Amino acid sequence: MLSSRALRQVVFAIVTLFGVAVVSFVLLRVVPGDPIAMMIAPGASAEDIARLRAAYGLDKGLVAQFVIWLGHALTGDFGTSISMRQNVVHLIAGRLPATIELTLTALAVGLALGIGAAVASTLGTRRLIGSTVDNANGILLAVPDFVWALAFVLLFGVAWPILPISGRVDPRLAIDFTTSFLLIESLLRLRLDIARDVLAHMIMPAMALALPLAAVILRVLKGALESEALRDYALLARIRGASRLRVTLRETLRNAMIPTLALTGVQFTFMFGGTVIVERIFAYPGIGNLAIDAVINRDLPLVQGLILTFGLIFILINLAVEASFALLNPRLRHG
Amino acid sequence: MVERALPEIPRLGGSVAHRGMPSWLKGLRREPRVVVAGGYLLLLLLAAIFAPLVSPHDPLEQDLMLNTLPPAFSAGADPGYVLGTDSLGRDIASRLIHGARVALTVAIVAALAAGAFGTVLGLLAGYYGGWVDAVVSRLIDIWMAFPPVLLSILLVAMIGTGLTSVILAIVIIDWTRFCRVVRSETLQQTRMDYVDAAVVLGRSRWTILTREVLPNVLPVVLVLLSLEMGIAVIVEAVLSFVGLSVSSDMPTWGGMIAEGRQIIYHGWWVMVFPLSLLVLTVLAFNQLGDGLRRLTDPVMRR
Repeated sequence: MLSSRALRQVVFAIVTLFGVAVVSFVLLRVVPGDPIAMMIAPGASAEDIARLRAAYGLDKGLVAQFVIWLGHALTGDFGTSISMRQNVVHLIAGRLPATIELTLTALAVGLALGIGAAVASTLGTRRLIGSTVDNANGILLAVPDFVWALAFVLLFGVAWPILPISGRVDPRLAIDFTTSFLLIESLLRLRLDIARDVLAHMIMPAMALALPLAAVILRVLKGALESEALRDYALLARIRGASRLRVTLRETLRNAMIPTLALTGVQFTFMFGGTVIVERIFAYPGIGNLAIDAVINRDLPLVQGLILTFGLIFILINLAVEASFALLNPRLRHG
Repeated sequence: MVERALPEIPRLGGSVAHRGMPSWLKGLRREPRVVVAGGYLLLLLLAAIFAPLVSPHDPLEQDLMLNTLPPAFSAGADPGYVLGTDSLGRDIASRLIHGARVALTVAIVAALAAGAFGTVLGLLAGYYGGWVDAVVSRLIDIWMAFPPVLLSILLVAMIGTGLTSVILAIVIIDWTRFCRVVRSETLQQTRMDYVDAAVVLGRSRWTILTREVLPNVLPVVLVLLSLEMGIAVIVEAVLSFVGLSVSSDMPTWGGMIAEGRQIIYHGWWVMVFPLSLLVLTVLAFNQLGDGLRRLTDPVMRR
């Protein structure tokens, strides 16, 4: 049963997605040039062009054009990529799993590092550990994923070459996968050699995306844990003899996670932004890398499809964050 | 409202007043990072301005006979090329100096434009409140809901590549950073006694806003400007790395990093030097901003 709050979230999400769709449509019309000329293969007959023009309603007004375009989009037809000569939806669907596996791995690593460091910093009896963590974090916060990625290439790709610096899987190992979720599929098929190779390709881009996330989580969670530790319930637990670690894990962490989670949601959407550049650096075949190719080639149907894909991902993340709030904070479940 | 001759109003909440030269210098001694970071950035700026005079070579001059020379401290180096050459035999040191021109142009112009736009809207929203504040706040909400990547992809796809579009993209995306902070700071300042005093003394709202509130908001803007310049340097480097910034006949740090990434196994220095300079510059802007914040924050000053 959906509460009115959840319903509001879903309605807001649909409205936002509609807004993204409008922007993405306007983009194709604002840019000079004939949208049909960009869709057809060279050498198409005048008859073909006229047929396409009617199919997309280009002889009608702008609103009618939008409705027709939206109809195509809803049925999964975003046209053909200009630069790659492939169906836009197939192209994105083939690349999206790589990005999903990468970002989820990065999210897990970032959460583990950030939460682990924040909990560890509460254990220090005096200021020493705390201030060390703060100083290190000051630098971590200033270094973007772009720089981490290049530093990793230099360190573990060149200076101490233990990891591959480009691609997603060694072509010699690639079997005929039925899905594009290479990591999940190779694990399910118990091909651990392939899973290991996919992980080796993924570890550096995932770390580059995870470290900035971990830095932000650490800063917010550490502050929240410190203020929660001064609340009555935490002091009471301490007085009754529970250790700092026990109080943190059993009592304060749950409450301190609420502000952290809101932030993690925002940072996770930023991470999808980060994939654009990190995937480029590691020649990783995801949608971020595809987006750069699309913009460089001015491949507008593909750009449109990617913008809607990114928009959809951002909206789903926000919905997931809202849902997990309700799980952590019972007061939000009703109302 | 009639402007009268007024006695000097003591600025109660002001962080600008009561700060003569000596305490200003004392502050700098307490925050040496401002001096170090500021000094480095000034040096970089001078090198960028006088790039043709200080670079040892023409940054575009290719000499394929001298390609991928290692830096001067390693074996097989040419002492004429201190930091070595890239795969086309161009002098890396000279390209770094010329690359600073693009980096700093983007940093300064984009940060100032985003700062000016965001500050004006933030001041108006914070000071006048009412529907002005409602409109500006809604605008910020909508902007923040749009993820920056989506916006920048959209912008570059629409307006094309080049220095102007890089700057435009940064301004369009980042003005909210200034607007949010300036709005809340203005709200706080407006509630202070010195504003009431100025009202009692019969100063016009415009005069109070520009002469009283603005000087007290400016330190925050200064800090944000410094941080924004660091962000702008990164954004420019990222965009030129993927080939969406200026054309390739103008050296950029991001472009040099991209070239170095291609030949990483043959010459690590081609990527390491521009990357190090980029990191150093970003950290300098960060440390400068952080130090300025500590210097201008009345609570932290004690």
